[in-house]
Amino acid sequence: MSDHDTLYSTKFQDKIERSTLLMFVMTAIAVAIGGIVEIVPLFYLPNTAMCQNDPTCNNTQHKDANGNVIPMDKIIWNPATSAHKTLNDWAPGDGVRPYKPLELAGRNVYIREGCFLCHSQMIRPFRDEKDRYGHYSIAEESMYDHTYQWGSKRTGPDLARLGGKYSDEWHRRHLQYPRDVVPESVMPNYFWLEGKSVDVAETVQTMKVLTIMPFNPVPKTIYTDEYIAGASAELEGKTDMDALIAYLQSLGNHVKFEEGVNYRD
Amino acid sequence: MAATQATPVKYDMEVVRWFTIAAAIYAVVGTLVGVYVASELAWPFLNFDLEWITFGRLRPLHTNAVIFAFGGCALMATGFYIVQRTGATALWSNKLAWATFWGWNLIIVLAVITLPLGWTSGKEYAELEWPIDILIAVVWLMYGFNYIMTIGIRKTSHIYVSNWFTMGMIVMITYLHVVNSMAIPVSMTNSFSIYSGVQDAMIQWWWGHNAVGFYLTGGFLAIMYYFVPKQAGKPVFSYRLSVLHFWALSFGYVWLGAHHLQYTALPDWTGSLGAAVSLAMIIPSWGGAMNGMMTLSGAWDKLRTDYILRFLVVALAFYAMSTFEGPVMSIKTVNALSHYTDWTVGHVHSGALGWMAMVAYGAMYHMVKKLWGVEKMYSEGLVNVHFWLATIGTVIYVVAMWVSGIMQGLMWRDYDEYGTLTYTFVESVSAMHPYYAMRAIGGLIFNIGTWIALYNIVMTVRTASAARSASAVPANA
Repeated sequence: MSDHDTLYSTKFQDKIERSTLLMFVMTAIAVAIGGIVEIVPLFYLPNTAMCQNDPTCNNTQHKDANGNVIPMDKIIWNPATSAHKTLNDWAPGDGVRPYKPLELAGRNVYIREGCFLCHSQMIRPFRDEKDRYGHYSIAEESMYDHTYQWGSKRTGPDLARLGGKYSDEWHRRHLQYPRDVVPESVMPNYFWLEGKSVDVAETVQTMKVLTIMPFNPVPKTIYTDEYIAGASAELEGKTDMDALIAYLQSLGNHVKFEEGVNYRD
Repeated sequence: MAATQATPVKYDMEVVRWFTIAAAIYAVVGTLVGVYVASELAWPFLNFDLEWITFGRLRPLHTNAVIFAFGGCALMATGFYIVQRTGATALWSNKLAWATFWGWNLIIVLAVITLPLGWTSGKEYAELEWPIDILIAVVWLMYGFNYIMTIGIRKTSHIYVSNWFTMGMIVMITYLHVVNSMAIPVSMTNSFSIYSGVQDAMIQWWWGHNAVGFYLTGGFLAIMYYFVPKQAGKPVFSYRLSVLHFWALSFGYVWLGAHHLQYTALPDWTGSLGAAVSLAMIIPSWGGAMNGMMTLSGAWDKLRTDYILRFLVVALAFYAMSTFEGPVMSIKTVNALSHYTDWTVGHVHSGALGWMAMVAYGAMYHMVKKLWGVEKMYSEGLVNVHFWLATIGTVIYVVAMWVSGIMQGLMWRDYDEYGTLTYTFVESVSAMHPYYAMRAIGGLIFNIGTWIALYNIVMTVRTASAARSASAVPANA
């Protein structure tokens, strides 16, 4: 090209621009660094690594206001140490648990219908969000959410702590014809979910797949072979509507948050 | 075309022509679906109780159609055009380019079929299910390999700046698509990410923001760096600035994704790091925007008569505006207000409509004239009409979303004198109605512009073909 180039370019830049291979390699390096720095630590840092059956959780400690350590197994349900040993015995407050079969089927409906495009599941640590939705969400609460559903937009309200807030019947009516319950709502009618049977085979397969995930799998001590085998019976005769309601009712009541307790490092 | 070269080169331009026409068609379709989903939010009866056209199923179709169908075809058309012309060489493989064309269009057809059926992986801007993801990877690598090999066989000594940006896009999108799409299938139509929770969120937004950074920005900067100087008839203002622009953008953009997750369960350091680098990115972004703008030094008078140049310059103005707005929105205190609101949607559209679509149309009009060997478009006046529709439509859209977004943010956090929340959530929903209607109208105006562009391009091609057969020159189609 012109003198302009030799005048203003560094020698190395000039060399790069003359070589396809060098340009390729330099670019490939430049664009890789940021992602590596931000993503890789999330897989080993204590407050995100989400250490299932390790009671010390990589030596992370969640402390309450008085400086007392909150046992990790009250945040993540651990059947080995909990008084409740199976998913059916589990009670709210026992800690984060994987989904039961019907809830999992409902979660598949939630993803299929793109609910996350209008509803977030991630409460931020602000006063108004606490008043409106409840305690802010912590990392462990979505640890079993393969394909996370935090969302990015609140055309409708946050759903992270929806579980138990309304009755099943309220949900059914609201999902069927949202404007019958909330006149200003812009949500589509979902009455047609009543006419769809739960996809049993796919839900059972989802349970199996969740136990073989390379990161944060559902422990086989929770999704035991026996439990997975029993899932079909639980799902039989259920509709997508039943499943979706079960899923919505399971959201956000796993951990018992105490006032003044800092669950976030 | 080749006649203007000192040594005539036979370029492979037929595939570029097809990509250009496809881009013009997909722009109409993508924005039309956009207008429809926007209208569904303003007037929910438009969901018509049909599961396939509910907002939740159509919205991914809108984003995929605009980003990957329109944006992708525009990028591949301009990319194959630029790489040949700047390298004074034909494509490394014309056959591979055609395979890319048909492969990419197959992906688009599959998206149109599968997304309304609810076959989605549930990741924003990466909704397509695993068999299509594999197809995308294959076609993308065919495109990238062909592109880089064509740079390799160039006859010029240096690689032109546009090709740096395209190469950056090819490499980064490959990283992003492969890492973010990692999933275990449960059936042909469903799969789940191998990552969960926090990790999945960070990887998703690493993908999401860099699809913006390298595809919608980097790829379209390649367009800017070629077509602005060409249309203005001036060399790029500063070579040095383009070096800075490219390397700073390539290195820096990658860090920004974390700013989508401020105040979430993602560790604070990650979000803060994302915000800090976001702020720093104002420098190269504005450097690049200035570089494009200043290329018009001494040629500003052309804006009065050259409607194509208007597209390119207004695109640069939106680029500068969006790359200022983005960093501001990444600041934690601003993000606390703007996140989860329509402000984000407005920001995306000032980028997608104002920058990406405008610069793409500038390039497409320029290319259509060169590719079909005509002096003028069928109607230069319609180019101007399209320009104003696109500009006005975008401004209406973005302003509506600014107002609604900030209003939402303020309503959600408002407390009354008794210390309780002033508004219920649904009060914020009903307050949005006028702005959702206004947004749909802005989008419709933009969409009308795309119809006009398609008509103008088709008529130009038909006129050119008629003239060619009249003068008995064998058509090379």
